[in-house]
This record gives sequence, C-alpha cells and structure tokens, in this order.
Amino acid sequence: MGERGTSHSVTVEVNGEKVSRIVAARQLLVHFLRDTLGLTGTHIGCDTGNCGACSVIVDGKLVKSCMILAPQVDGSTIETVESLAQDGALSPLQESFHEHHGLQCGYCTPGMLMSATYLLRQNPEPTDEEIRRGIRGNVCRCTGYVNIVEAIREASRGQATGRRSAHAAAGEEV
Amino acid sequence: MTITSAPVTGEATKTWSGRAMPRKEDRRLVQGQGSFVDDGGMHGQGYAWFVRSPYGHARIVSIDCEPALSMEGVYTVLTGEEAKAMCEAPFFAIAPPPGSLMQEWPLAVGKVRYQGDAVALVLADSRETARDAAERVVVEYEPLPAVTDGVAAADPTAPLLYDEAGTNVVWHGVFDYGDVDWALENADHVVKLDRLHFHRFSSTPLECNGAVVDFDHGTGVVSVLSNYQMPMFAAMVIGPTIGVPINKFDFVTKDIGGAFGLKIGFFPQIAALALLSKKAGRPAKWTEFRTEHMLTAGHGNERTFVDIEVPVMADGTILGVKARAFDDAGGYLHYEPLGAVIWSQVVPGCYKLKHVRVDYTEVVSNKCPVTPNRGYSRMQHLWMIERIIDVVAHELGLDPVEVRKRNYVQPEDYPYETPNGCIYDSGDLPRSLDIALELAHVDEWRARQRELGTGSGRRIGIGIGSTLDSGTNNFGQSRIINPELPFSGNGEVAIAKLDLFGEINVNLGTTPQGQGHETTASQVAADILGVTPDDVTVSTGFNQANNAYVGFSGTYASQFAVTGLGAVMGAAQKLRHQIVKLAAFALHAEEDEIELVGGAARVRGDEERAIPFIGLANMVYTNNAGLPSELLSECDLNARYVYVPPFEVPDTVAKTGNLTLTYASQVHVCVVEVDEETGEVKILDYAAVDDCGKRINPLVVEGQVHGATGLGIAASLYESLDYDESGQLEEPSFYEYHVATSLDIPNIVCGSIESPSPFTPNGAKGMGEGGGAPLHAVCSAIQDAIGAGGPIVTDSHNHWARVYEMLHRAPGAPRNVEVISRSGGSDTDVKSL
Repeated sequence: MGERGTSHSVTVEVNGEKVSRIVAARQLLVHFLRDTLGLTGTHIGCDTGNCGACSVIVDGKLVKSCMILAPQVDGSTIETVESLAQDGALSPLQESFHEHHGLQCGYCTPGMLMSATYLLRQNPEPTDEEIRRGIRGNVCRCTGYVNIVEAIREASRGQATGRRSAHAAAGEEV
Repeated sequence: MTITSAPVTGEATKTWSGRAMPRKEDRRLVQGQGSFVDDGGMHGQGYAWFVRSPYGHARIVSIDCEPALSMEGVYTVLTGEEAKAMCEAPFFAIAPPPGSLMQEWPLAVGKVRYQGDAVALVLADSRETARDAAERVVVEYEPLPAVTDGVAAADPTAPLLYDEAGTNVVWHGVFDYGDVDWALENADHVVKLDRLHFHRFSSTPLECNGAVVDFDHGTGVVSVLSNYQMPMFAAMVIGPTIGVPINKFDFVTKDIGGAFGLKIGFFPQIAALALLSKKAGRPAKWTEFRTEHMLTAGHGNERTFVDIEVPVMADGTILGVKARAFDDAGGYLHYEPLGAVIWSQVVPGCYKLKHVRVDYTEVVSNKCPVTPNRGYSRMQHLWMIERIIDVVAHELGLDPVEVRKRNYVQPEDYPYETPNGCIYDSGDLPRSLDIALELAHVDEWRARQRELGTGSGRRIGIGIGSTLDSGTNNFGQSRIINPELPFSGNGEVAIAKLDLFGEINVNLGTTPQGQGHETTASQVAADILGVTPDDVTVSTGFNQANNAYVGFSGTYASQFAVTGLGAVMGAAQKLRHQIVKLAAFALHAEEDEIELVGGAARVRGDEERAIPFIGLANMVYTNNAGLPSELLSECDLNARYVYVPPFEVPDTVAKTGNLTLTYASQVHVCVVEVDEETGEVKILDYAAVDDCGKRINPLVVEGQVHGATGLGIAASLYESLDYDESGQLEEPSFYEYHVATSLDIPNIVCGSIESPSPFTPNGAKGMGEGGGAPLHAVCSAIQDAIGAGGPIVTDSHNHWARVYEMLHRAPGAPRNVEVISRSGGSDTDVKSL
C-alpha cells in the first residue's frame, strides 16, 4: 500500500523461516522487519546509526538494520530478538537481563540483546571492558549501562560454566 | 501549616514489599513483545508528517499545499491558519499576562518562533508518501532577527517573539526569604560570582514521541493511542482548544520507551493530529523521528544565574544567597512557567541557608520549547547551590567536605522547615556523604592526587554532589505563578478488582516508562491480599476507559512510590475489607477471624473453613440470588481508591508553603582524571548514596539511581544543545549530540540508607529524577582538579575544549569571583579579584 517507485523481490530466511516479499527499492531493512513482516521487536531510535535499537544479525554479522536497505539483504539469513527464546524458554542472556535488572523501559533491549548475543558468540568470556566495547553501538538512556554490563558478564559466566561441563563430560580438555 | 502524619501500616510491608524482586514486565520486553507506540495502529489510518520551519524566527508569507495535494496517495494537508479556524481557543495559559499573551495554537500561525516549528501537517497512505508530500508543501518565509540567549532576550531591545505581548519576559518574581541584605552586611566574608550557566540538554528517551489519533465523527470521541506521560493534563489543555470535553477523549498508553518528563511536551502535536483526523475522516498516525525529536520535542530548562552574592561566616557557616536567575523557555510555553516556581521546592538545597533572595525572570527565545526533563527545574537551582558551596570552600581555603557537613540540615533537624515553608521530611546527609566518600575510595585518591603533583600532565580531582529529589508536587505552587489558577494538591487513583474467576486486577492512572510499576504495585497488593505478586495482574500503562485517573494522573516528578503505591494500598485494603466481609458471611464467622492466605479466605485456626477467591467472586457476580442486599451493595469487589497527599494552598503573596511532600536525597562522589594536554576528563571512581525512605523494591530503586546518574554524567561531559545566533540547532541528531555510550559512563557504585518519611502511607519517598547530582559532582571534581586560584567552573557542561581552556587560561585573567572579607565587622578588605 502506498509506496510507489521501483520494487524489488526480497527472499530471506528470518528466524528460521523463509519469506519472500516485493518491497520498494528504498525500504530499509528495519521497516521491512517491522512493517512488512510485523516483527516489531526490532526498534528504531535514531535514524543515524548511533543508537543500535535496530540491531539484528545478518549472515552471522551484527548489523544496524536502519543503515541497510531491504533489497541489499536478499538471500541472507536474519536473526532478530524474536529468535532468542526457544519454545518459551528465555535465552541465558534474556534471563540474565531479567535477573540483573538490565532493562527498564525495554526499548533498547532487543538491540542490546542482539549485540550481546553477537559479542558472546565472538568472545564467550569477555572482560567488562570488552563488554563495554561490544555494546558501544547500543544506546541505553535508562540504566547507565551498569546492570547491562553485569547481566552480560553473568550470562557469559553461566554459559562458560555450561560449556566447560559439557566439554568435561565429553572428556575434552578445557 | 500543619502536616498530618498518616500511620505506617504493618499490612503493606509484610512480605513482598521491600524485596529486590526482578520485574514482571521483563519477560515480554526481553522477547521484543513490548507494545510501543509505533507498534500499534488503527484501521484505515493515514500517516502524518509535519512540515517544519528551517528558520529560527520568520514570518510565514504564504503556504502552497497544491503540489502536495496533487500527489497520488495524499489524503489531506492541514495548515496553521486552517487548524486555528477549527479551534475554539488557544492552548490554556499557565502564566498571567504578559505570558498569557504568548498564545500557542496546534500549528504555527503567522510566524515561526524556532527551528522546527510546525507550519503544516500532511496525511498520506504511507509514511514515505507523507514525507515526500511534506517536502512539496511550499512555504515562503520572511526571516526575522532571532534571539537565542536567555539574558539577552529579557532586554527591551531584543527581537520580540510575540509582538502582542510587547516583551519576551514571560514571568518575573522575587523570592525573598529571611533578610539577605542583613546577612550580606554582617557576614565575615561575601563571595561574589558574576555568572553561572546551567546548560540546555535533553535526556532524549530512546523511543521518540508518537501518537495515533482518531476523531470519530459519529460519536465525537477522540481516541489517542500515544506515549504521552500525563494524559489527562493533555486532555485538560487541548480539550478546550479543539472543542472536545474530557469524557469524549479516550487516552491510552502502553509500553513507553523512556520519557524523563519530556513526553509531557507534545500535546500540540496530539491536538494537530486530532484536527487532521477530523479533516481527513480517518485516523492519523505519527511517529516522530530522531532529528524531529532533537529539534522540537522539548529540551530541559537552561538557566543563567548572575550577580550571585554569598554571605559566609569565618567558620564556614553560609548564611544564604542572593542571585538573579534568567530561565529560557524557548519559543512556546508548553509547561512553563511552572519551572519558575518548581525550583523553590529546594530553596536552600541540602543546607540550612536562612536568607535567600532570587530575582527570577523567565523569557521566551527562538529555541525549542523547554519541557520538564529529569530533575526538572530543581536541579538547575541545586547545581547553583552546590557550585557556591565548592567556590566558598576553595576561595576561603576550607575543606569542601567540612563546609558541607557544617551547613547540611542535620539528622536531628527533621522535619525541617525551609525559609519558604517547605518541610524536609527526613534524612541523614552527613552519613550519606561519609558512605559515598568511602565507596569512592576518596582517601586513596587524595593520596594519589598528592603523589601525582605537578608536571605529570595529569590531574586528579575529587568532587561532591549533594542533592534533593523532591517528590509529590503540591500543584498549589502553580498559584505562586498565577493566583487565578484553579489548582492545588495532587492525587492518584488505583482500582483493585476481584474478577469473575477470582483473579486480582489492579488498574492505575500512571504511565510507567521503565519504573516497574507492574512489579511494585503487585508487591504491595500481594501483601494486603494474601497472594503472591504473580497472582496480581497490573494493567500495562494508562487507559482512560478504566476510570483510574484524576487530573494529575501520570508518571512524573518522583511520586509513584507515594501517590501510585498509596493508591494501590488504599484500593487493595478496600478490596480486602470486602473480601473479609463476604467470607465472614460465607463461613459463618466474625470478620476479625478471617485471614487471607494463598488466594483464599479462611477462619484463623481452622483451615478447613475456607473459601477460595473464585468462590467469593461467584457469590457476587454470577450466583447472587438470595445474598443480603446490604452485603451486595457494600461488596462489589471493585475497589477504587484515590490517594490524596496532605497539602494546603500556599501563600501566593509571601511565596511560601509546603510545595512537595517528600525529599529523597542523593550524595554523589566523583573522582576524575583530567588530561592537561587535551582537556579530556575521565571518571576514575563514582559512588552514589541514595536515601528515599523505605524502598518497596531496592532493585528498581538502584536502577533509577543508575539511570539518573548516567544521564547526569552524560549531560555534564558530553551532551549539550546549542544554537547559533540565527536559531539553528547545532546538535540535531545523536551523531552531533554525542549521546553517551557504554564507554562514556563509568561503573557506578551504589550505597543506600533508609530514612522513612513520616508523611507517607508506606514510609517511602518518591525518587527517580535524582536531582542532577552528577552535574554537581562532576563540576566539583573538575574544580578540584583545576585547583585553588584557578578559573571557576561556571558552566554545568564541561566538554574537553572547555576544560582545556580553563586549564590553560592565562594567569591573571579574570576569574569571575570576588571575595570581600571584613575584619572586626567594619573594615572591608577586597581579598582577591
């Protein structure tokens, strides 16, 4: 409805589901996710790539979805905040944000969680300094970042512990 | 004035209240299932886009909407003149003349008064078409000279924003308490400062403003789905303008992505959208974008203090302060000039200053209208007081810790009446300071500071910020601005209901934006009703249809723990009373034998005689034949309670009275390292000690302390909103604004003490705004790093360039401070210039 001009076909896998849509050439990925697919967990906070509320993972890389056009991700695999909980069970990061009061208004939280997810994939046991660097592209106005850093740190420890025991059970050296 | 102290009941503090419970709201929010304003919509809606002025001050010569209207997909365009013609009156004015002559309509009429002022509003079938169409609305402007300085705007020769007012001065008043002239004549020292400037900034909630508004021609109902944080204030302001009675509004809020007071400012946009919807015959959806937010959504109050004089005794006792203040409201008066009185909730700051005179002038200028911003109006004044304390200490060679402790209101002084009749309820500032000094490792840093000495290129500075977070306004203070206003007191509403199957619902008049109301309200209700917080469903946000509101309902001004939870307590206790009555009837027992445990009512000591809540609900809602009519009339299981704090109308002539119910305090200590080569300020240690009385949920309280601290540090070092002489904003996006990131905000170590308020139902004090303590503490630390005899930190914003300039200012350059000392009470000696 409404949008005129050049259109493109976009086929992507979003949170494990393959979708194809015809979109306007100028449609941003974030609008594609929110408006076209109805995945409103991804938010918009600044329009200039500073705030990271729109962060998603595209083909394994962290991307600010307000900085890329939907036609540019044709053929890609996209993960959004809606993918984190599995069968109603929160991910360790989501649990940790809850336990450590790492969110208040919750508006930055989806983007923050995607950045943190990406960070822990790259660096499973980050120092506080590495956590702060890892989320420097995500603005939060409510928490002063204190409890977000704590939540990510504690999630990483929980994950690290789990990984060690899994490896240990398999007889591998850790 | 008498204050009646309500008893603290045991009921509300039994089990769940006081626990650091993780929040109930989180589960949906961490999964991206929150419902924010842009996530919603209405059937058949169009998308709205504002046409905004590129000029700071200009006459509107003509507007040609035809190029936009001829585009496919454009429904309509509304201009300022057209909107005015649809209105019955301009927006309600808080100020008396001349401020009341500075009229505002939903869209600009005749001229624009700041960059971003809205001149027209487009509605189209998509956001993109609306934006394209807005660019095709041709507006011819005749630029006018602008005024962008608050002190200059008060000058009679300055360009006028409102010709019809004949002045840019909105309101002027003298707040005169004690005898400051006597104090200045009799003090051992008088410290004089030319100028202190509290800068303009905004806490910029991450979610911008937004609303979907429908004007239903059939019913006349105006539905407003928005993230506005004080809905019935908006209804009261825009209703008379667009000709809609209160009961024809339907305000709804859901999850709100931060607000910080700023989401009180966009009622003109809601009014304009209502008129647009009325014209187009379909709902209008508008989602603000970030640059639009930075330009137009509201900035915090900028205040310049001049001619500051401080009488001080030889032992460091500060007798008071005399100053002139110029507050710059920007182009329109959206909540102003309430700021001109709100600051006087904290006239002496944390100190026993007896003699205070502030000559206060509020002006309009060609800048974005100001809006309440976390710490609203009090932090500007508190910052000035804290600057004075440090300057006095430095100039007289005293220890800033000792000067504070000597002058603080002492624990034994509470309840303490300030010179203007405000009652500080409780606290222990010296202890808070001691804890903060320890948490920030001040002894170690002092040693390190001495070690570094000169020549290292680095300096360490230690600063203190003592502040108050006054909460629960007495709206009667607005009459000090305008005695004709029909406002006083305050209030909040809660409805506790036992639903058809025995479920417990709580509806509130508040509009939480991250403060965890669903959790804390559940904790309070659970204790009273004998259930767990998970058994209590608190509705998300505000819904006018719930009828849980009074005029001042909403979430703002550090009051939820008192007004909101006071209402929840009252409603839950009313519901409990009904449940007990019904259960006594059903179980053939006396009411005082009934206890509520685990979602059932039972006879104490005889657990077999019990009835679950679903059974009681059944008795009332679906199986009531034969129930005594007096029981049915008393027990509808739907308990509405209005909490009203104990206030009287202030004395508008003397400008005295109890202006706010509670005074939470925060003492912050900040340790910085300043790089002499670059002026960069790095925070090495930071501690914040909070005292907000009894804490219902310490996790939430600490989160609020973190948040207020983060925003304050951001404002003190990174974030400032500056205009050039023509009225162009220099930081219109997050990129230029340098919104603070995780690398800019240090770890914040928190401490707390609990001094219960004797004036509130639960011993709690409202908190959350934080009183701007980081701005005080960071300035204080930079001042300490600069050292005695150096320049005075005169601005609340100290980015690296300003710090560099202070570090490298030529010796002998003016310091903007003067100390006049008397010996033997008669001879005057000018000590330093």
